[in-house]
Formats: sequence, C-alpha cells, structure tokens
Amino acid sequence: MHDTSAHAVQHHAPTSFIRKHVFSLDHKVIGKQYYVLALVAAFVGMFLSWFMRIHLAWTNAAIPGLQLLSSNGAPGGVITPEYYLQLMTMHGTIMVFFVLTTAPFAAFGNFFLPIQVGAEDMPFPRFNMMSFWVTFTAFLFLMASFFVADGPTLGGWTQYAPLNAVGSVGGPGQGSGVVLWAISIALFCVGQLLGALNFITTTLDLRVKGMSLMRLPLSAWAWFITSCMGLTAFAVLLPACILVVLDHVAGTSFFVPSGLVINDQLLPHSGGSTLLWQHLFWFFGHPEVYIAIVPGIGIVSHILITNMRRPMLSQRVLIYSMGALAILSYMVYGHHMFVSGMNPYSSLAFSFPTLVITIPSTIVVLIWTFSLYGSKLRINSASLFALGFISMFVSGGVSGFFLAQPSIDIMLHATYFVVGHFHLVMGVAAMFGIFAGTYFWFPKMAGRMMNETLGKVHFWMSFVGAYCIFMPFHYLGMAGNVRRYSTFVDDFLQPLIPVHRFITIAALFTGFAQLIFLYNLIHSRFAGAPASDNPWEATSLEWSTATPPPFDNFGGKHPVVYHDPFQYGVKSSVGDYVMQASPEQVATEHEEK
Amino acid sequence: MAKLFAVTIIVIAILSAMPILRHTWVAPEDISTHGALIDEQMSETMAEAGISFLAAQFVLAFFIWKFSNRPADAKITKFPGGAKGLVIAALLVVGVEVLALGIFGVKAWANVYLTPPSADAMPIQVQAGQFAFYFRYPGPDKKFGTIHPEMVNEGTQNIFGLDPEHDVESRDDVVTAEMAIPVNKEVHLLMHAKDVGHSFYVRELRVQQDFVPGLDVSLHFTATKVGKYEIVCTQLCGLGHYNMKAYLDVMSQSDFDSWLKQQAGQ
Repeated sequence: MHDTSAHAVQHHAPTSFIRKHVFSLDHKVIGKQYYVLALVAAFVGMFLSWFMRIHLAWTNAAIPGLQLLSSNGAPGGVITPEYYLQLMTMHGTIMVFFVLTTAPFAAFGNFFLPIQVGAEDMPFPRFNMMSFWVTFTAFLFLMASFFVADGPTLGGWTQYAPLNAVGSVGGPGQGSGVVLWAISIALFCVGQLLGALNFITTTLDLRVKGMSLMRLPLSAWAWFITSCMGLTAFAVLLPACILVVLDHVAGTSFFVPSGLVINDQLLPHSGGSTLLWQHLFWFFGHPEVYIAIVPGIGIVSHILITNMRRPMLSQRVLIYSMGALAILSYMVYGHHMFVSGMNPYSSLAFSFPTLVITIPSTIVVLIWTFSLYGSKLRINSASLFALGFISMFVSGGVSGFFLAQPSIDIMLHATYFVVGHFHLVMGVAAMFGIFAGTYFWFPKMAGRMMNETLGKVHFWMSFVGAYCIFMPFHYLGMAGNVRRYSTFVDDFLQPLIPVHRFITIAALFTGFAQLIFLYNLIHSRFAGAPASDNPWEATSLEWSTATPPPFDNFGGKHPVVYHDPFQYGVKSSVGDYVMQASPEQVATEHEEK
Repeated sequence: MAKLFAVTIIVIAILSAMPILRHTWVAPEDISTHGALIDEQMSETMAEAGISFLAAQFVLAFFIWKFSNRPADAKITKFPGGAKGLVIAALLVVGVEVLALGIFGVKAWANVYLTPPSADAMPIQVQAGQFAFYFRYPGPDKKFGTIHPEMVNEGTQNIFGLDPEHDVESRDDVVTAEMAIPVNKEVHLLMHAKDVGHSFYVRELRVQQDFVPGLDVSLHFTATKVGKYEIVCTQLCGLGHYNMKAYLDVMSQSDFDSWLKQQAGQ
C-alpha cells in the first residue's frame, strides 16, 4: 500500500563515530539519545525534589554540598525561601518538559514508531536529528540558569505574568533566569514541532504493505495522536515564550499592564495583559498533560495485551477514546483559571468539557480492566508497571472530578490537592508507563535482558512509595495546605508538618528505588543476558526483526503485514500468537474489521 | 506475586479512604453564608469519586488475583458484556454523574460569582503587593480617594498612592494592615494588585480569588461567626510568598465601629 514511499528514505549506514553515535540520522539512535536525555533530566529533577522535601519537613536542615551549587541560595547547605522556589521551578520544568514529554513520546516513539509501521526510518531524518539536538540545547539553556548570578527563575513551571516579565526587580532569578527559561522552552517547542512533523508523516506515509491504519498497534496510534497534539500545542507556547523574551530584552509590554509599582518604583510598562499569558500557557498546558499521558496509555495497552495473551476488548474504542481525550484537552484548559479573574461564565463553560473528559478516561480504564477478565496474565516487571499505571491513573483521575468544578475549586485551587492530583495522574502514571516501556523494550533496544528481580524490587518500592507520597497530598489540600510555600509559618499549617515529614521519608525511599532502576539499566546494558529476537512472544513488527534491529530496521527487506496487531489466544505454528508479518493463516475470533 | 499485588492494591485503596471516612484532615468549619453549598457539593463529589475509586481498584485487584499465571491449557474467555456494554455503562453512569455534578455545581458557583452584591454591602478595598495585604475603608464620606500609582511610597506609608492634598475624598480613607469586618454583614471586596499576581484565600470563608495586575476584581461574602482567621496568598508572587498573610477579624457591629474609629484616629 505505501511501500513505494518507504523506499524514499533509504540512506546508508554511517561509519564514523560522530555520524553513528552523535549527529546520527538513524531514528533508533535518536530515540536512545532522547531516552538518555530524559534519564539524566529525571534524576536531576528527582534530586531537586529530595532537596525540596527535606527543606519542607526540616526547614533548617543543612544539605551537605548544596552550598557548592549556590552559595547564596543555600548558605551552609540550608535552603533559603527564594532558593526553594527556584529549585521547585526547575523541578517542574525539567520533569514536565524534559522527562514526561521526551521519554514516552520522543524516546520510545522515535525508536519504535518507524519499526512498528515497517519503515526504514522517518521521512525527514535531518529534521529528526535537529529535533534532538535542539532539545538538548534547550536543556543546556535551562541548566545554565543554575549558574547565572542570581540563579534560575522562581516563578514556577507555569511562569505566571507579570512576574515573568517585570525583570529582576520581581525577585531573584526573574531577570536572566526567566530569559534563559523562556529561550529554553522556546527551543524545546521547536524540537517537539520538528519531531511531531516526522511522527505524523511517518504514520501516514511510510506504512508498509498491509499496514492499514486500523492495523497499527495501539502504541503507534498513541504516538500519532500525541504528535497531532504536540503540533498544535507547542505552536502556541513557542510565540508566548518569544513574547516573554521580548518583554525582557526589547522593552515591550506584552504581559505587563500599566500602573505597577515595585520597590516604590513605577514600572515603565503599559498596555500588556497578564491573563493573556495564562490563556496562551494553558492552551498549551492542558494538552501537554495529555501529551505526557497518551503515549503511556498506548504503551501500557501494548504491554498489557502482550502479557494478557489476548487483544483488548476493542482496539477501536481505545483509539477513539484517545482521540476524544486529545480533542477535549483543548476545550478544558480554562479549569486552571477558575479563580483567575476571568469571566465567571467562562468558568462554567470550561467546567463542562472538563467533566465530560472523564467519560473517555473511564472507558479506557474499563476496557483495560475488563480485558483482564478471562486472560492469561503474565506477571513480570513490565506488566507490573503497566498494571500499576492503571491503579495510579484511576487514583489521580478521580480527583479530577473535584477540580473540574469551579465551586469546589474555590476551596482546593492552589492547594496540595492539585499537587497530588497532577503528580499521580501525569507524573507517577506517566513514569510507570515509561518504566513499563523500558522493561518491555529494553531487550530490543539494547540486545540484552534487564534483571527481573531488581525490576520487581523497583516496582514494589515505587508502587507503595508513590502512594505514600501522593495520597497524603490530597488530605493536606483538603485541610487547606497551600502549595508553593517554602515554609509553613501559618497557624493552620503548622499542625500539618508531621504529614509533610512522612511524605519526605516516603520520597527518599521511593527515590532510592529509582537508583536501583538506574543500576539495573546500566548493568543490564553491558552485562545483561543476551536477548532473543522476540523474548515476550509478541506480535508487532519490532519483534519480527533482529535484536537489536539493523540500521535499515529489516535488513534490506520490506515486511508485509497480514494481520491485526494483536493476534493472541490463537493456535499457530509458533504458539498462542501469530505475528503481524507472518503469512500463516489461523482461525481467530478477534479480527476486528 | 500476583496475589500479593492484588492484596496490596486493596490495602492501599482502603488505607487511602480511611482518613476521608474518619475525617482526619478536613476543611475548617465554614463561616460564610455561601459556603454550605460548596461543602455540600464537595461531599457529593467525594461520595461519587470515592465509590468510583474503590470500585475500580477492587475490580482491578480481583481480576489480577483471578487471571494471572494461569496454567498453559487454560482457555481465554471474553468478558460477557463486551466493549459495547462497557462503553454504554460508562456513558450512562459517568454521563449522569458529571451532568448532576455540573448542574448542581452551578448554583454554588452562582452564589459567589454570578450574583451582584446587595446595595448596602460594605465596600472594603484590598491591595496585594509583595508581600503584604493592605485594606482601605472609605471613611464617613463613603467614597474612596483616587489611587495614583506613581505616588505609592511605603517609606512614607502612602501604601495606596493617595493624594490627600488635592483629593478630598481620600482624606478620610482608613488604611489598615488587618482586615476587620462586622459579623453577618455583607462585604464587597474590591481587589487590586500593586505589583504582580497574588491571591486572597480564607479557608473558613470558602473564598479564594486571584488579584490580577491591571484588572479590578471584586468579590462579596458575609461572615457568620466572630473570630480571627488567616488570609493567605495562594498565587506565587516571589521570595516572600510563603509569608504573605494578614488576619481577618470578624467582630460584632459595635466592636467593629469602635475598631474603625480607633484606626481612623491613628
């Protein structure tokens, strides 16, 4: 069907080290580069969260060595209130952009989307290479802000106006820190736009013969839908960030109105709008939540099916639900702004689609759960994380019922309830999707198996630990515990400090589990047992080719697809499954037309 | 391992629900006339979300327990309801649930935001700036003097940028760092930001509203119980954000009158 265009991207395997491993055009190398970038970013983000949690539980505790990072921000290792906010801003920015967007979407998507559709590479390999290196540069810009005079910005990952545009009079990091932040995020947007362009064209144009859209595995569908979201969401954040930079360096006033006074000085700005920033930011920001989680939905579906040894009750319903989530995600963003001062009727208008978005989410959960019924579930690190994902997705999702309603939001807005909600649903759940994907696809990517025992230890500690961290956040929020406070000096917050101490201990424990994961990853990369071509007895095209896949993915051949993606629970010559690229005809009741 | 996992999910689900059922950490008692509807909406949502949460976790755990690591010759069966049944169930159950929440929730929201303050509501102006709230009462003339941002000067205590020399209306304005209001009297709060975004949050009053620089925002409420409550900032405003607070003192009308007289004399 599309095999003619698949030939169009043929290029030859590079021989030099630089073209092979650094400035590579190979989507598989780029996927691994994204994974390593996300891994580094995740550990930076995690260590920042440790510092924050220690400070919240024991305000005057000295963290040995932290003064080396910033002698002003952490004199003697004790975090100052402003440095707490700077660490928090960096934690949020790093995690949302450089981990939750890059790992499930850019890393796994780059490596596996072309292989799953049967292509040799993406249609624009140079754009693909640029996409990674622009993202890498964006990360360097963000990290650089740790080392400028007054450190990174303290305005939070949402960077609300006008604090993001008034300059250094607004506080430490609000001058060069914000500029570096905005340049970094603008570059990040460029990288993701280039990536999205490639993903969309790969899916639509490079599918091999027999690979109809409905025969795409759910993971490929998830990456495709995510790239459509990315194309429209990052295209809005990019100009917004450019306008912030202009407010700083060109004297414009896009986000600063007239009549503002800081330190008894009237600011020289006029005509800007602070709510404009919130609209632009959240028009990106809410789809971003789904950019982080939809790849997880696809990855988890893919992994569950393989381990249940049966297809989902309906592949089509899952695809439509992911599509519905993507479309609705643009119509709900105003729920971040219920008490922002926008028209109160707008709040009601944004509330309704926010409530409605729970319907496709519920359908996804029901399809997953009831597909387990009557299956032959295999328990391994990958399937444990995939099942854990469902549990976390539910726990983080139900709190959405509260935050979707403007009247309840009056009480819960800007409290730890919100922090608990989004950490569970887009943080922990998405991370579980990344871990499930790692344990599942590592053999194909690295040619070696990961250690299962360590994987299970990692799972148990992460599952219990994450609940111990994020469930109490909801209780704190219901008691009115306000977020983004570096210290709890208010009368009503002090009794809640023991809960914060419990959370901090849980965070240290859960973070330690991630060090076990890191050890497993590195050790298995070099000393793991060699992996076979299809260790999980899976069906999609990435398991039809060699492990690790050759430069052109299929060794000079073009696979032909004969089956729906998930033909399990059948009797074939290889076992209870038949691969997509196998011409063998088997009796099946699962063919979904 | 699968059975242990199933049990763990159930234990976590029950432990998560315990503090809510036992009311370990709850919002403080409501002291507003509009808060009861919000609290009611909150309880209804909690019931619906709680049941969905427990049901989903229990079913997930049960299926993991029952269908993992089955013998090689076990037969794969299909859930009798099929995908169609699940989609219809989701549409009906969640659809009705969100419609109900959405429609009933409008009333609680409307009480605060869609109804104008009554004509005799007491106007108080609040100005938020890094990192303090200041309040202004219009004085006997019942009129606020005009604000001149260029005249704001904390050094000379001209917090609001008033010009009493030329502006008669500003001469009797009373500026305070604490907010006192009479009990059972509607207050019309006129909010503006001096520098960056801030927010006005009083848990007991069931009130939270952002200050938007460049935009005048207003809010109205009636406090029903005498006492002292904390007003805190909930919009990240800079390094002192955690420490930006003031007190709301709800007093009897006579106490309030003498408080205001005393403040005016200072």
